[in-house]
Formats: sequence, structure tokens, C-alpha cells
Amino acid sequence: MDLTFTPQQTAFRDELRVWLAENPPEAKPTEGGEDAEFAWRRDWQRRLYDAGWAAPSWPTEYGGRGATPAESAIYFEELGRARVPFSANTLGLLLGGPTLMVWGTPEQKERYLPPILSAEEIWCQGFSEPDAGSDLASLKTRAVKDGEDWVVTGQKVWTSGAQFSKWCMLVARTDSEVAKHKGLTYFLMDMEQDAVQVRPLRQITGEAEFNELFIEEARIPDANVVGGVGNGWKVALTTLMNERAGLGFALQIRLRQLLDDAIAAASVRGLLEDPLYGDALAELHIRCESLRLLAWKGLTDAERYGQPGPEGSLVKWLWSDTNQRLTELAVDIVGPEALTAGTDWSYEFLRARGNTIEGGTTEVLKNIVAERVLGLPRLKVAA
Amino acid sequence: MDFGLTDDQRQIQRTAGELLAERARPERVREHAEAGRADVELWAELAELGWPGIAVSEDHGGQGLGAIELSILCEELGRSLAPVPLLPSVLAATLIERAGSPEQRERWLPGLASGETLGALGTAVDATAELVIGGAEANVIVLVEEDGAARVLAPEQVEVSAVASIDPTRSAARVEFDPTHPDAGEALPGDVAAGIDRALVAISSELVGVCERALEMTVAYVKERRQFGVPVGSYQAVSHRCAQMLLDTEKARSTAAFAAWAADADPARLPEAAAMAKAASADAGREVTAGAIQAHGGIGFTWEADVHWLYKRAQLDAALLGGSKHHRARLTAILADRLTASTAA
Repeated sequence: MDLTFTPQQTAFRDELRVWLAENPPEAKPTEGGEDAEFAWRRDWQRRLYDAGWAAPSWPTEYGGRGATPAESAIYFEELGRARVPFSANTLGLLLGGPTLMVWGTPEQKERYLPPILSAEEIWCQGFSEPDAGSDLASLKTRAVKDGEDWVVTGQKVWTSGAQFSKWCMLVARTDSEVAKHKGLTYFLMDMEQDAVQVRPLRQITGEAEFNELFIEEARIPDANVVGGVGNGWKVALTTLMNERAGLGFALQIRLRQLLDDAIAAASVRGLLEDPLYGDALAELHIRCESLRLLAWKGLTDAERYGQPGPEGSLVKWLWSDTNQRLTELAVDIVGPEALTAGTDWSYEFLRARGNTIEGGTTEVLKNIVAERVLGLPRLKVAA
Repeated sequence: MDFGLTDDQRQIQRTAGELLAERARPERVREHAEAGRADVELWAELAELGWPGIAVSEDHGGQGLGAIELSILCEELGRSLAPVPLLPSVLAATLIERAGSPEQRERWLPGLASGETLGALGTAVDATAELVIGGAEANVIVLVEEDGAARVLAPEQVEVSAVASIDPTRSAARVEFDPTHPDAGEALPGDVAAGIDRALVAISSELVGVCERALEMTVAYVKERRQFGVPVGSYQAVSHRCAQMLLDTEKARSTAAFAAWAADADPARLPEAAAMAKAASADAGREVTAGAIQAHGGIGFTWEADVHWLYKRAQLDAALLGGSKHHRARLTAILADRLTASTAA
């Protein structure tokens, strides 16, 4: 056991730290709404790209640094620590690119990977549907072959960044005769066509981080099938497995920073001497540290034994629950003014409510832990 | 970053697990618990293998291994509930080794390392420790007092009366000394707090083992037990509770592992790490074993089912050297100091 970084990992971290210190992002625009904010994030990704820091975990042949999983975790920890924005094309960098590397044809890799890295082409993810959330494989969006094209009709939801995107990772049903997991195909859909309508989905924070997609006979060339017709479930799983791998480390550091802010806020108000607040803050500190340890253990076990331990399923569950408790406690510490609209705490407090739903609800995560980690029998439900 | 055990550590874990699975079967634990006596044969065997001295320095007859190796043994002992006085003995040895004078170490450690001397550790208020685990048969007792000082006492310097705790897998005693007597033991002159933090790592590791076993027994039971025509473990009310038990266990395990590592490799972080480990493992120990009883249903509340031994062990370990609230209060103070330091800097 050695819970320190290797000299190589330390060197990697220090190089990035120095670069981030010397190249801070521009200040977040205060005017211009979502478009301005997106342009700011795109500009930030381009600067990372120019310095070779857009996606260190990508292999060097695709423009990355061939960073190890541990270095990639350090990368996200450092980005979180520096409080820089998420890259404009986070979904392309974290999900789309790695999925293509596994399943894409040489032509697809050559065509799509470079503009993901440079933020020239933004990607979004068309998986969830109004009637297919946790039960993703029951999705209904249909794709029918028409000559060299597929014609797609259906509805998607929770597509963040869709209004800025060129490509959508779309999973659609191409065969309704076979079992639900088997009739799916993974496509790259061009968002720049009239058959695809994007409508912002306003969330409880008031902002529209997500969208709904209305797809009415959109056309996708056959060359844009990824991983073969009928193989969409497997390809989608590759995307989903990448979903939390790196980002988790960045989210965890943000949680740490919020906790430090809450501790400072408690201190200013003399509440650190109050045992009730102290006890709650100490518990959150334990959870934060435990999360850090579990995430790193999951990563190093995966490197060592080729498969992650039970930690992976637990990390997202613990993180989301902890973030909710933390923001609630922060409101208690700061008082009613924390709930003034537009303040950081009011935003964090409301946004945290989505944490236990997005990327796998806590209820589904518990099912996964119970069934796949503990081996408990699955409750039989109607098919 | 590497959470893996070395080959030698893995060997210790495997050997300990196999030995205890064989020698400390549930029926044997029950037999000794019901008779209220330690398993002296098993203790002799463990002493022969050098377990009591695993973390005692070689100069004093121990194996000179670290907190990680000790915690591996404690975890296996917690898992098996072996009715042997290893934990109380190593707690006493840890305090004497870390905070004792050279003479005190020379006097007590060789016997504690070989297992010939039995030790115990308790906390005293007004010169009385009401419940000292392993105190009844101890040949040396370390008492931590209200002011944070500790003293080492031989049996002739104390009045020991056996007490039955709710956990009969280990003996307990009330220990009293007369502070006005000229021969009321000796103060441990060194860093008592550091010794206590290392002791907390051992206790936390035992709790992790208790949690693991409680979860294993529960999972096995709810897969088998059928009601309404299906295994009860297929109901999410039950399976989600089991998932929560795993999360609690992993929280305890990860913080205990960090504390064991810090004890050996980064002592500056040990106070924080030990407080986190004890708080997390005390809560986990109580929650997970309570969950085990609940998931077993009526049978879980019977003497006959073995889950209650785990529940009882968890309570004693959780209370030993301070419960979770005590250690969170310590942590709050550490966090406040850190904030002050960073603001000043």
C-alpha cells in the first residue's frame, strides 16, 4: 500500500499545475446568457487543446498524451482544484471519443476524433427518452433503413448541449422483433438538419442545462452506424462506462471545495464551536475523504486486477448523497440569505437535487450493488 | 497510489483467514462465549505463530511489522470473533511501545509479544475504569486518564473485579487503583496520543472484519429465506438495506486502510486518519450489525442465531477509546486548526 503519488505522477501533476497557474481561463461572462457562457467554455477548451491538455488520456495517435488512468484522475482533480470551467465538448472528449476508439471504423476515427479534441464539433448524447430513463433498453426512437440512409423518428430528453452540438450519439431501435437489448443500433446523427428540433428543458435551478430533442424523419447515412447494426446496446454500455470514470474525480474535488467553503462559513459565524454543526461537518469530511479513497481504490484496482472492485457503484451514490447533505447544511450555516436567488449556495443547493437522479438514480445504483456486487436475487418484474 | 497489499501481507491475510475459519468456527466461539472463558488452546497457537507481537519491534521480541499487518490480523479476528485476548493485549503493547520509557518497554513488551503476558487497555475516571476488556486475566493494564495521561499498572497495583459485558466472547473487568498510594503504577512518559491513535487503527480494523462477516451472513440468509414465494433478498426494502450495509462497510474499510497506512508512512496525518477511521467504523459496526439482525427477522433476535455476537462485539469496539461522536469532535478541532493555519498563511 502506498497512498502517495509516484514521482512520475507528481511530475505530471506539477506540469499541469504550473500550466494552469500560468494560463487561467478568462473570467466567466456575466452577460450574454448561455451562448456567451458556451463560447467561453469553447475558448477554454481550445486553449487546453493548443497546449496538448484537452484530453490527456487519449492515445498519442489521436492527439492525447497517452496518460494512464491515474494521471487522468490527477488531471480532473487539478482542473477541479483550479476551478476552471468544464470543456465545451466534455461529452465528446469523455464519451464520444473513447467510444469511437473502441467501436469506430478507421474512417470514423479519422473523420470524427480531431474536431472533438479541438472543440470544432460539439457532441451530445441521445440516449434517454421520456419513457426510457433507468430502463434505457426500452427506448422507442426508431430507425428504418431507406437506401443508403437510416430514417429516424422519435424523442430524446436530457440532452445537454444539444443546441450547440454538431453530432449526437444516438441509440435507436432498428429491430422491434427481437429482445429489447438486441434490437438497438448506435448512430452518429448530424444535428444540423431541420428534422431535428431542439427545445430547452428548464430545470429547477431556472437554467436550461438540458434539452429535449424532437426527431421527425431525420436522415443518417449508413456510414454513421457505430459498432454494427443491432449492436447498439454494447456500444452504449461503452459510452456509459466512460461516463463517470474521469468526471468523478473533478466532481469530488468540487465537493471538497464546497465543504471547505462551508467550514469557512461556519467558522466566521462561530459555528465550528457548536458541536451540532461540528459533528455534521466532520461527518461530511469523513465522507469526502472516504470518497477520495474509494475512487482511487477503484481506479488502482482496475489497473491492477483488470476489473474495478465494488467501489465504482458506491462512489456516485455516496457523492450525490453527500453533496445534497452538504448543501443543506450550508444553508443552515449561512441562514436564509443562502437562499437568495442567484447566489452560489442557492444554485448549489438546488442543483444538488439532480445529483441523485442523473447518471443513474440512487435507487438503480442500489439495485446494481445488490444484484451485481452482493449477488442478491433480482425481483421478477413483468417484462 | 496503490491500495494493494504486498505478497507477504496477502500471505498473512490468507493464513490468518484460513486458520481462524478452521479453529474459530461459530460453534466453538459460542461454546466459549457461553462458558465465559477464553480459548486458551487457540491463544497458544496464535502466540506460537507470533500474532501478539506482530507489530512489536524485533528488539523486544516481536516481528517488527507495521500497522497494516496488525490491522490485517485484527480484521480477521473481528470477522471470526475468535474468543482470544489479542486485541486488548496489542492495545496495551501499542501504548507501551509508543509512549513507554525504555525500561517500561523492556519490562513488558517481550512478554506481550510472546503472548505469555496478557495486556489490557482501559480509560479511567477518578482512578477507576468501569469496564476494561481483557482486564480480568491481564498481567499488565494500561489506563488512560481524563487528562490524557496514561499509566501502566501491574495486577498487584490495582483492584480487579471481573465484570460481565454484553459481549461474552471476551472477558472484562472493573479496574481501580489508589492514586495516593506510593505504588500506583508508572506514568507512560512518551506520546500517549500517538499510541492511542495507533490503538484506534487496530480497533477500527476489527470493526471492519465484524461488518464484513455480518454482511456476508445477511446476504447468505436473505438469498435462502423465502416469504410470499420469493427469497426475501429480492425485495428492494431488503436488498437496498444490504447495499447500504456494503456502503457503510466500505466507508469504514477505506478510512481504516488509510489510517493504517498513515500510522506507518505518514504519522503527521495519523490523528486525522485515526479519528476518521474510528468514527466511520464505530458507526458502520453498529449500523451493519443492527441491519444484520433486522434482515434476519425474528430468528435474528434469538440467542441461537449467531448474528447477535457480532452486534455485541461491535458495541464494545465502538465504545472503546471513544465513540463516533467523540472522534468527530476531535476531527472538527483538527479542521478548525487547519482553517486557522491556512488563513494565517
